Amino acid sequence: MSFTVYVPRDASALSLGAEAVAHAIAAEAARRDIDITIVRNGSRGLYWLEPMVEVATSTGRVAYGPVQKSDVKALFDADFVNGGKHALSLGLTEEIAFLKNQQRLTFARVGIVDPRSLDDYRAHGGYRGLEAALHMDGAAIVQAVTDAGLRGRGGAAFPAGIKWKTCHDIQGGQKYIVCNADEGDSGTYSDRMIMEGDPFVLIEGMTIAGVAVGATQGYIYLRVEYPHAQRALEAAIAAAEAAGYLGDNIAGSGKSFRLEVRMAGGAYICGEETSLLESLEGKRGQVRFKPPLPAIQGLFGKPTVINNVITLATVPIILEKGAAYYRDYGVGRSRGTLPIQLAGNIKRAGLVERAFGLTLRELIEGYGGGTASGRPVRAIQVGGPLGAYIPASQLDVQIDYEAFVAIGGMLGHGGMVVFDDTVDMAAQARYAMEFCAIESCGKCTPCRIGSTRGVEVIDRIVAGNAAEREREEVLLRDLCNTMLAGSLCALGGMAPFPVLSALDHFHEDFEASATTAAS
Amino acid sequence: MKRPANVAKLPDLPEEIRAAVLEVTDRLKDLPGALLPVLHGVQEALGYVPEDAVPLIAREMNLSRADVHGVISFYHFFRSHPSGRRVIYVCRAESCQAMGAVTLEKHIKQRLGVDFHQTTADGAYTLEPVYCLGNCACSPAIMVDDELQGRMTPARFDAWLDAEAT
Repeated sequence: MSFTVYVPRDASALSLGAEAVAHAIAAEAARRDIDITIVRNGSRGLYWLEPMVEVATSTGRVAYGPVQKSDVKALFDADFVNGGKHALSLGLTEEIAFLKNQQRLTFARVGIVDPRSLDDYRAHGGYRGLEAALHMDGAAIVQAVTDAGLRGRGGAAFPAGIKWKTCHDIQGGQKYIVCNADEGDSGTYSDRMIMEGDPFVLIEGMTIAGVAVGATQGYIYLRVEYPHAQRALEAAIAAAEAAGYLGDNIAGSGKSFRLEVRMAGGAYICGEETSLLESLEGKRGQVRFKPPLPAIQGLFGKPTVINNVITLATVPIILEKGAAYYRDYGVGRSRGTLPIQLAGNIKRAGLVERAFGLTLRELIEGYGGGTASGRPVRAIQVGGPLGAYIPASQLDVQIDYEAFVAIGGMLGHGGMVVFDDTVDMAAQARYAMEFCAIESCGKCTPCRIGSTRGVEVIDRIVAGNAAEREREEVLLRDLCNTMLAGSLCALGGMAPFPVLSALDHFHEDFEASATTAAS
Repeated sequence: MKRPANVAKLPDLPEEIRAAVLEVTDRLKDLPGALLPVLHGVQEALGYVPEDAVPLIAREMNLSRADVHGVISFYHFFRSHPSGRRVIYVCRAESCQAMGAVTLEKHIKQRLGVDFHQTTADGAYTLEPVYCLGNCACSPAIMVDDELQGRMTPARFDAWLDAEAT
């Protein structure tokens, strides 16, 4: 009989040796004359267990991890292809608590299917959203996305349906769908997981967007740091074209939609939508003034819907199951689920997709199991390098967009970077300004100059005596206000968040450094 | 569409560079917004985008030299000089910092004897900073060419480097 073994090809799993494990399993199976098929799936997102190998059994998939190639012989000895017991046994994958207590809608197939197989995608419910959309008119599709309450998962959390409606309502002419796959925020990796683990869902979401607003061309603007995702997307696009899901007459509907992957150039600012459009046009990625909105005048001056990967990858399930199904997850004005990414100094780092409304503590302590170092949690940076540092005293904040704004933070892309009590928060504040200085597009003065001055002022604070520190702190706060109010986009406009939160919640670090410097 | 002739004299270019650039521009220049794909193509073919090739790229793309230079210098990924045989990207972002990236970064610099953006004397490695490799759940991370490595430590880096040398 033939056995099916799953070994992830997810970039993070590969970074821990998954390729060698796959080779070792193939070689050992051949040596023992056991007939196996190795499926290179995405990651389930249980990264402390990667590389996690699964086998299909009559009772479901059974997991082993973390597996190194040196474990492979012993796994065969333990008859793992039949789910045999071994020191690395994790039991039925679906029963692992971290995974079992999730609500996976956008990530429903990630880690389960073969990302290169369109048949597998369809067997797991793929393309039902597009089939539903093709029986609706554009306005009805846009209405469904609006009713679902889907907000942009890239950072600004703008309602996707409103963007789509603006673009839809412009009559005729060329329009574009652009996927912002320039996920550059530290602590975020959900876009990468989708693109590597279930690329067809992104393609399907973009196709639905194209049908909805009348766009016939789409671009995925992809981080140059994601070569694995590029390969996965290009393979999936080719498969979708071959099967008639992209190109002219998609799925026999008479409508056409084409898709192309464009590689970015390693500039963080190109994750800002108007910078991204400039970059796609072959220019320096400098921010544009808004208005006009991209939905009215976007790529090459044409109406353009630009959304983040997770936003677009969430559209198929909304069309498949209906707006109400999605909307009924979540709280307040934060509807549906958020794929949350646990990272940094955390015991169980990984992806948790849950409806909005659980608390930061449930995530960090419950799912994450506290810090990897075993020391107390001191700060959590939520929402990337421009997000505020949340002190451990605020762990009971609820995960929804408005609740985070209320405590001076932002949820952004749902990335959570945990720091233990050895962190120097003055150094983190300095880093935030330094990062902004390196990545500023240079178009507006508060961001371009302010960030460089910010680094200098923080250096003077930590080097100075008490009187100087007080004076410089006034200056730093004033500078932060100027950047907040005067910057053209979120880079300069939000870089003060980590700085001010460090000052407000961890003031002793600015003083302690000064004492150390003086002694 | 007829392109107006760019009459400025082009500097002499080694034939292999000229041929590589023209192969890429001929293939890609009519894409909408073609400059980034062209620069990626040139860097893929040659390992860098030679400064001397800028006038030729500009002529083929019907852009000014300043436009092309401005784009190359804006993006961290494009390089104007050849790299070492392998490029080591070290993640400096927060998640990696939380797991010891600062120590790792110092160790790698010291071990290779270079700072960021520099190449080792034997031409083997170029060291580059990068701000997030998307491997945040397995921090700290480095990437060598396009091979990602997670949970990196000074000791693991040394072991990797020694294995590379053999």
